[in-house]
Amino acid sequence: MAHSDQPLSPTPQLSAAPGSGKRGTLAETLISRAIQVTGISTVVLVLLIFVFLIREGLPAFVQVPLADLLSARWYPIEDYFGLLPLIAGSLIITVGAAVIALPLGVATAIFIAEIVPDWVRDILKPMVEILAGIPSVVIGFVGMLVIVPLFRVAFDTPTGLTAFTGIVLLAWMALPTVVSVVEDVLDTVPRTYRDAGLALGMTRWQTIAKIVVPAGKSGILTALMLGVGRAIGETMTVMMVTGNAPRIPSGPLDIFRPARTMTATIAAEMGEVAQGSTHYHVLFAVGLTLFVITFAINLAAAAVVFRRTKRAERMLS
Amino acid sequence: MSRQLSQRIAFTLITLVAGLVILPIMAIIVYIAIEGLGAISWSFLTEMPRDGMKAGGLLPAIVGTLALTIGTAIVAVPIGMGGAIYLSEYAKDNASTRAIRIAIINLAGIPSVVYGLFGLGLFVIFLNFGTSIVAGSLTLGIMTLPVIISTAEEALRAVPQSFRLVSTSLGGTRWQTIRRVVLPQALPGIITGIILGIERAAGETAPILFTAAAFFLPQLPNSVFDQTMALPYHLFVISTQVPGMPLQIQYGTALVLLTFVLSLNIIATLIRRHYRQKRVW
Repeated sequence: MAHSDQPLSPTPQLSAAPGSGKRGTLAETLISRAIQVTGISTVVLVLLIFVFLIREGLPAFVQVPLADLLSARWYPIEDYFGLLPLIAGSLIITVGAAVIALPLGVATAIFIAEIVPDWVRDILKPMVEILAGIPSVVIGFVGMLVIVPLFRVAFDTPTGLTAFTGIVLLAWMALPTVVSVVEDVLDTVPRTYRDAGLALGMTRWQTIAKIVVPAGKSGILTALMLGVGRAIGETMTVMMVTGNAPRIPSGPLDIFRPARTMTATIAAEMGEVAQGSTHYHVLFAVGLTLFVITFAINLAAAAVVFRRTKRAERMLS
Repeated sequence: MSRQLSQRIAFTLITLVAGLVILPIMAIIVYIAIEGLGAISWSFLTEMPRDGMKAGGLLPAIVGTLALTIGTAIVAVPIGMGGAIYLSEYAKDNASTRAIRIAIINLAGIPSVVYGLFGLGLFVIFLNFGTSIVAGSLTLGIMTLPVIISTAEEALRAVPQSFRLVSTSLGGTRWQTIRRVVLPQALPGIITGIILGIERAAGETAPILFTAAAFFLPQLPNSVFDQTMALPYHLFVISTQVPGMPLQIQYGTALVLLTFVLSLNIIATLIRRHYRQKRVW
């Protein structure tokens, strides 16, 4: 029962699906067409999003010289549109969150999939899914009231609004993604692998660490990428807890100082800019950059997944 | 036995880490419930905000979130189900199907604030809907599509092939087979996916920032072309933009939002569990 979450094997292709030989009535044809159109509409939507980001974002590259966009100062009121501090802020917070979320996520997935009995697993899985359902503005709110004052004292900073505060909360928010992907992968590692390990006299832990986890390696990579994709796009929580100071960090200890991400910049400033102004177009250019980055990450993650299925099919045949 | 010892150490560490991850989930919910419960009253849920939102109730934000949630469903459910039926029942394994799959993966990965930019560019400005419930619902609806499509497709694929064969052998056309046999069997799974998708949309702030949300409105929206207040944005506003906001109102707002979103989550989980137990195959 507990294991029936995923379809057991890829469903057979329906190219020779039942009924495909029958040409039905006019209504039947119309419905089939409508369903086809909705399928294709997803591709149209992605293109539409891309087109509108380019349409509104491209003028930024015309109005602001590239050297200025790549400068270190973001101060739009005086027409300084240097994107580097924003990119640096997003990079630090995303990488930091991923570094924390990956080991925690893998450990939690091992706990849920390998260590606890099935009935505990049936309680813990939905609980982790609940975390994915908590709105990010609520997590930001609790972060502001609980975590921020804690960090202000712990790290002796003036406000507690630091890049690290964002990193910790984002890492936690990325966990449901990491845990569920890794857990699924551990679940697909064949039982025989484990039995072989135990039969050779390995302990359960040795079997997990030396056989099960390495066998699920590509899945862990996918989880990492999806987690990163999640973290880089997070907006409200980061905006509420990182202090939003656009500055390029000069050393590793700067994660205990405020930072500002690309997402927070868009969210904080788009409401106040004049439509069609340079600032407006630059914010769209920031959005375009985010779109391209997440597109690349998700494409890469999808490629890993496709390759894994292929390999699994080969191994099973 | 050092091997036994290392296993014990490893399992203890893993259990501690898992606790560190899972316990705060409960803690955050209990914390908001305890701190927020004092603010909850009938008037808090049914009155307009007063005194610069420092007193009174949440009515316009609640109504706005309900309107956006319904709007999201109207946009996302038909397209999402159509897409899922197409992928599960019609699509061949060819280039265009792969393009659709890649498109869905990417729709799922686009940051919510970028959806907000897109909604601003297309719906608010280009189509001239203005900052409105329509523009917000369309933006949220598109954002919700990948969740609905992937869960609904999974539910459709889980229906055994033999069901379809029986229907066809009795002379059913493809659409009759889908309509009378496949859809009814997959419905609980599809509904679960729809609720989970809409739950996510209901709690989102970034996509409605520039497409629908208003800082403060003294009256309820009159039409779908009006701006609206919404719970997530309202929580953001009163916790960061209004100095001297009573804490209790902030916690109360967080509790109302969390209750709304989590009850959708629990309903979805219950539907899934109920029908999985009743499933005949």
